[in-house]
Amino acid sequence: MILNAIYITAATLVTISILATLYRVFKGPSMPDRVIALDVIGIQLISLTALFCIILNTRAFIEVMLLLAILAFIGTVAFAKYIEKGVVIEHDRDS
Amino acid sequence: MFTILHLAIIAPFLAAVLVPLLYKFIPRIHTGWFVLIVPIILFSYFLSYLPEVSGTGSVMKTFEWIPSLGINYIAYVDGLGLLFALLITGIGALVVLYSIYYLDKHKEQLNNFYTYLLLFMGAMLGLTLSDNLIVLYTFWEITSISSFLLISYWYTKEKSRYGALKSLLITVMGGFALLVGFVLIASVTGTYSIRGILEASDQLADSPLFLPAMLLILLGAFTKSAQFPFHIWLPDAMEAPTPVSAYLHSATMVKAGIYLVARMTPLFAVSAYWFWLVTGFGLLTLIWGSLSAIRQTDLKGILAYSTVSQLGMILSMLGAGAAALHYDSIDNNAYTIAVAAAIFHLINHATYKGSLFMMVGIIDHETGTRDIRRLGGLMTLMPISFTIAVIGGFSMAGLPPFNGFLSKEMFFMSMVEITHFPQYSVDSIGILLPIVAWTASIFTFVYCMMLVFRTFTGKLQKEKLPTKPHEAPFGMLLSPLILVALVVFIGFFPNTLVPTIIEPAMASIMPELAQTGSFGVDIYFWHGFSLELFMTIGVVLLGTAIFLALQKWNKMHVIFPENRLFNQAYNRSLEGLDRSSHALMSWHMTGLVRDYFIYIFSFTVVLLLFSLFGTGAFTIDVENMVPVSPYEAILSLVLVGSSLILMFTRSRLKAVISLGALGYTVALFFVLFRAPDLALTQLTIETVSVTLFLLCFYHFPQIFDALKETKFHAVNFVISATVGLTVTLIGLSASGTRLFPAISDYFLENSYKEAGGNNVVNVILVDFRGFDTLLEILVLAIASLGVYSLIKLRLAGGENK
Repeated sequence: MILNAIYITAATLVTISILATLYRVFKGPSMPDRVIALDVIGIQLISLTALFCIILNTRAFIEVMLLLAILAFIGTVAFAKYIEKGVVIEHDRDS
Repeated sequence: MFTILHLAIIAPFLAAVLVPLLYKFIPRIHTGWFVLIVPIILFSYFLSYLPEVSGTGSVMKTFEWIPSLGINYIAYVDGLGLLFALLITGIGALVVLYSIYYLDKHKEQLNNFYTYLLLFMGAMLGLTLSDNLIVLYTFWEITSISSFLLISYWYTKEKSRYGALKSLLITVMGGFALLVGFVLIASVTGTYSIRGILEASDQLADSPLFLPAMLLILLGAFTKSAQFPFHIWLPDAMEAPTPVSAYLHSATMVKAGIYLVARMTPLFAVSAYWFWLVTGFGLLTLIWGSLSAIRQTDLKGILAYSTVSQLGMILSMLGAGAAALHYDSIDNNAYTIAVAAAIFHLINHATYKGSLFMMVGIIDHETGTRDIRRLGGLMTLMPISFTIAVIGGFSMAGLPPFNGFLSKEMFFMSMVEITHFPQYSVDSIGILLPIVAWTASIFTFVYCMMLVFRTFTGKLQKEKLPTKPHEAPFGMLLSPLILVALVVFIGFFPNTLVPTIIEPAMASIMPELAQTGSFGVDIYFWHGFSLELFMTIGVVLLGTAIFLALQKWNKMHVIFPENRLFNQAYNRSLEGLDRSSHALMSWHMTGLVRDYFIYIFSFTVVLLLFSLFGTGAFTIDVENMVPVSPYEAILSLVLVGSSLILMFTRSRLKAVISLGALGYTVALFFVLFRAPDLALTQLTIETVSVTLFLLCFYHFPQIFDALKETKFHAVNFVISATVGLTVTLIGLSASGTRLFPAISDYFLENSYKEAGGNNVVNVILVDFRGFDTLLEILVLAIASLGVYSLIKLRLAGGENK
């Protein structure tokens, strides 16, 4: 029971931190601020999903965590490339 | 079974197929000669039916067409049908003969003309010889269409097209009313057969649909027969070639409505409405047409209005004849004379009006004009035409010794007689009927005299005529001569028609009376010094006076120059319809997608809210609801927060990001509600779509940046709020009224047992319900191919990057 309460508290804390990071996403004066905040939200979502896995006592969401990690990485890389070069996927030189 | 009778009726259609071939491959011979064979054969064929239908006899042959719907091609020949068949084929033959000389084989497109004419002939035969209402309606519409084609025969002329369109609009409007009337009758009596309907006429008389059916059928008959106020198409139909005017617009098509009224008389004549509508509109048309005819200066215009007026006269007699059905036997039944007069006048009108039209066509052909102000003094130049005009015109005026005199006497007699009819309050205002009839006859006399004397007497105005006038070739004169010979013959020996044609036709109009004995119609010149004779003498005296004083009257015609009241109403209503529909369309079809969304959403909301509250379907049942956990509450708050940001943000980027946040929160909800596959898919899809949104916004042109503020519209707000509210209420009601247990237990139990998989969602997707998945794969394939072709295919106008 106590253990369950701890998990719930942890999940609540993560949720609050997501909300706090969201504030940075909307407020964040520059584009990199927002991208970093989104990346952080991705990681927070992973931990939230993990907590849910424990609370719901299931292994079904482990793939979700992996997928979130990959998506957060790809997304951040894509944004970074976009901010640096203006495009995400470069055209071939001779086309 | 398909019999020779059926074949005879549709023979003109078959011949019409051959006409273009004959025209193309045998150009040396005028195509009309080939066509002439058809009506002549048909006329002699229908003559052979005369003995069979004499008295109350009839011939009925059934060919099953659509038996499952009760629609069969039933050819039915009785007295009335045979009368019309003989008129159609007989005058048809004469008109074809006339047209051979009237239409030039080098200048005119004869294939069109004869194809249309044969179409029309077949349609008229089918109309009058059909026992099935739907078949009758089919032929009715073919007459409208072929008449449309014939009026616009010289389609390069603006007025021809106008007249054709006008006649089509008016007659087809009536035709539709007719169809509805037929369907109403059939829905009461359960059959489309006229025989069957007449047997069930009591059933119809008690039905509430009696009056609507009657009014609709009368509307159809009145529009076709050019009755007031639908007569306006007939004068404009005079733009057709003269043989067409003679055939369609005097002898046959305009009598289709009269045929229908006569045919429906046993069904509807029990009603006072029928009596007053048919008689009243007939007399109104009679006097209106005769007054309008005097104002015309075009010979065909005079004849058009005279046709209108004479049709009104026939119809009024048919209406008065309805009184006869209130007496059980023929003895002392004076009102049958009205029906006899109607049929007699129908025949007479076909003969003299056909000859008059042909005479006018000859004058037009030989002098180049039809305007009576330019004509005159043709008597010595064109003596045969003059003879035709005198006989036809005097017969129309109702002068002895021609047949028009006899039918006019009978008309007066029936109009006087009807005032003694005790029912329908005829005895009070019925005195108007003979007075109107008499007045109209005076004006009929006047325009007949105008027609004859303005054209042929007076001074010859050679300088005003486009060509040098001379007598027409004999071939052209042959048809009108045959017709005027008939006029004279019927005038002198009217009783030859009585047992052969008139009494059988009366028997079909008054079938119940016909069973009690012979009608004993006797048409004779000398009535003794009766009221009718004095009425005729009065017509001649007053008519002559008015005709002689017409020059003074002419000033009145200048003050009321043209009979334009109903034409203007027609033109204005067409324009008004056009304009108002255009205004309506441009008012609500704004081209703005936002407006269309407003229509769609407000309609949906109104419909849903009405069905929710109007039918008492709204319930909230909290028993089966699950308690809300803190995560769900927090996630809902996130959801609400990001959607609020989405709505109120002024930056597109923020909107996209909050949309992404929404999507991820939904994914979290999926996690929370234990749907791992959905969560996986949702996350991937959300990422891809957010990326696509960003891609779109990156390529937005700069010019739109000025518009990026979302303006507040109260209408939009109200509609979106009500849509949200409606959907929420429906969701609540739906979850509160779950009537059956879900079928998901089956999947849970059988996922491993039947399909060998533990992941129930995936087993459902690819095994239990694999078809949906297949088609969703197809959707994705179409979408990707669509995107590819949108990007790659730039056929026109697109800038190539």
